[in-house]
Amino acid sequence: MKTFPRGIHTGHKKESTQSLPIREAALPKRVVLPLQQNLGVPAEAIVKVGDVVAEGQKIADSAKFVSAPIHAPIAGKVIRIEKLLTAAGVLVMSIVIEAAEDVPAASPAGNRRSWKELDRDAIRKAVREAGIVGLGGATFPTHVKLSPPSEKKIDAVIINGCECEPYLTVDHRLMLEMPADVLAGAGAIARAVGAERIILGIENNKPDAIEALTAEVSKEGLSGVEIVSLKTKYPQGGEKMLIKAILGREVPSGGLPMDVGVVVHNVGTAVAIAEALELGKPLIERVVTVTGSGVREPKNLRVRIGTPFAEVIEQCGGLTEDAAKIIMGGPMTGTAVSSMEVPVVKATSSILVLAKKDVGDVTEGDCIRCGRCIKTCPVGLMPNYLANFAKLKNWERVEEYHVADCIECGCCAYICPARIFLVQYFKVAKRELQLRKAVC
Amino acid sequence: MLMNFETSVSPHIRAYDDAQRIMWWVLFSLLFPVMAATWFFGFKALLLVVFTTVVAVLAEAVFQRIVGKPITIRDGSAAVTGILLALVLPPTLPLWMAGIGAIAAIVLVKGLFGGLGFNIFNPALAARAILLASWPVAMTTWVAPLALDSVTTASPLFLAKMHQAVPDYLSLFMGSRAGSLGETSVLAILIGAGILYWKKIIDWPAPTAFIGSVALLTAILGQDPLFHVLSGGLLLGAFFMATDYVTAPVTTKGRFIFGLGCGVMTVMIRLYGGFPEGVNYSILIMNMLTPVIDTYVRPRLFGGVKKHG
Repeated sequence: MKTFPRGIHTGHKKESTQSLPIREAALPKRVVLPLQQNLGVPAEAIVKVGDVVAEGQKIADSAKFVSAPIHAPIAGKVIRIEKLLTAAGVLVMSIVIEAAEDVPAASPAGNRRSWKELDRDAIRKAVREAGIVGLGGATFPTHVKLSPPSEKKIDAVIINGCECEPYLTVDHRLMLEMPADVLAGAGAIARAVGAERIILGIENNKPDAIEALTAEVSKEGLSGVEIVSLKTKYPQGGEKMLIKAILGREVPSGGLPMDVGVVVHNVGTAVAIAEALELGKPLIERVVTVTGSGVREPKNLRVRIGTPFAEVIEQCGGLTEDAAKIIMGGPMTGTAVSSMEVPVVKATSSILVLAKKDVGDVTEGDCIRCGRCIKTCPVGLMPNYLANFAKLKNWERVEEYHVADCIECGCCAYICPARIFLVQYFKVAKRELQLRKAVC
Repeated sequence: MLMNFETSVSPHIRAYDDAQRIMWWVLFSLLFPVMAATWFFGFKALLLVVFTTVVAVLAEAVFQRIVGKPITIRDGSAAVTGILLALVLPPTLPLWMAGIGAIAAIVLVKGLFGGLGFNIFNPALAARAILLASWPVAMTTWVAPLALDSVTTASPLFLAKMHQAVPDYLSLFMGSRAGSLGETSVLAILIGAGILYWKKIIDWPAPTAFIGSVALLTAILGQDPLFHVLSGGLLLGAFFMATDYVTAPVTTKGRFIFGLGCGVMTVMIRLYGGFPEGVNYSILIMNMLTPVIDTYVRPRLFGGVKKHG
């Protein structure tokens, strides 16, 4: 069974939603759209308060390359443009739209076309115009990854169907319900980067997804498409771990997948690309797994971007009495949010609500040097020493011990018997090193 | 609907095993050598174990109270030290000497260095070295097992050093021989170690390298390797002391090197040194080298430059 060295087994906790088909969420009455929804440069509003906008109309854009436009998820009126709280816990300039009826559609829906009619430049342009970013949670603008520099030869596209984070079932459902779109998106990516091979990497706890995609490949008679079953182990879906497991190639320290001839895209991103190319649909909605011991009726919902968490949770029966922690994303890398008013954004793969019993009482102790963090670190770091150096603000040592290579997967902190907040120290240390570099 | 929920940095789920659970499993695994000691040396052996454990826990509480640190006796580490200390003492050692050893282990060796996680030396072994230097006769007076009266006798390694007849393998394995409380019964040690392996609390590198190098080296030097593996404190030291998280290296490679160093030094002391047994000092010497090993033996960085081709 293909996999990468080290990592952890968390127990996947996907039972409550993995067999639930994706349902459409109710249209929100009001949406909040932060202008920073991608890694890189934020978009700027191109509408003003009072404007009437159509569903799918572009409302924010940027002239910079590493940025992605934002579209109106619902038809309505722009009522505010101001700094509002996001899931990351910071205030971000946001556009607020209130739903209105009788707004004419932006452009008449065209007929479905095939991505095969488009050349690589047309694909890149359409993907950019649709505002697509990496939907696995990293939110890197997709058109940038589709435009590798000409000296980088890409021979393989990997579609990431691992969904190694516990609880999440978004990608699993997409592979089951929309296998044709996954493969269409993959085909378009391969054309854009000039790759011959397409490889779908899926963890072996999703045999039905492997089956569905295999059936689709043989039905369409696709050549050059491989489906690889991978060991269920966290973080199998980490880009570097995935490439290592499938192709045996190691992305060099400080490098990118394209340095070893690979681009990796998430299943959800592939579907969004297919919809953008074939239906002309911008990224105005995404599938969100709403789950955890703090939610009454866990569901997989297709939600408009900008919908407040509270409204999504309400459609899942609301919170339980003992709901204690709300997390955007998975339990290993997700962000805990303080308020239910924050909106669903392009990065929101999941709204995970944990009850008090699952949050536990986590008090940090002293390191007992058990070495478990080292045994589980997929990157080969020494998290215990790194944390000590970070605590002592010994930034030279922090750098020498390769904090920059940390992928923040959380394996070390998960396994740590002293419950040390290792990832927190590394986040702080990385930021500190960046600031120091900027000053020098 | 605005509410404040708990926030913290990811990950939001944690593994079941925490430091306290690990310590309690170590305590459980130590019950087997303690039971064996009680069987072979009688009630006084059990009394010694209970006494050093109580003194160690009390010493930790009093010390932490005096220096104004939070009292952490519930983490079980002081109790582990207390039991381990008793297991490396002769059954007839006066209780007051053992008590001084327990206080030395907790206060001198552990507490003054910053407590759990910060001590350089294994507390039980360092305390034993202190006791050996202070009361050499009492610390090397051995009694025969399963005897009604305390019949003084010699330890197998001492007999070997003096070229006299030694107990057979079965007696060594079961524990029917003279020696410290916990080092006599190989069977009991293996049961305890098996539990720690099963719970993934200890790993193979240090014990394997330790025991393997003793066997290999004694064989090369014309000795009986099986006798050397089964006698003295080797197995207790290899499974319960060389695997001590705090005082041994943190990487797999580092732990192997640590075990190797312990093994080589044990054989050197046993065959060429002034003492019949060398496990205690070999581990203490390797404890000193742990920071150096940790500095130079690091895991290979993913995507890092390979040093050898």
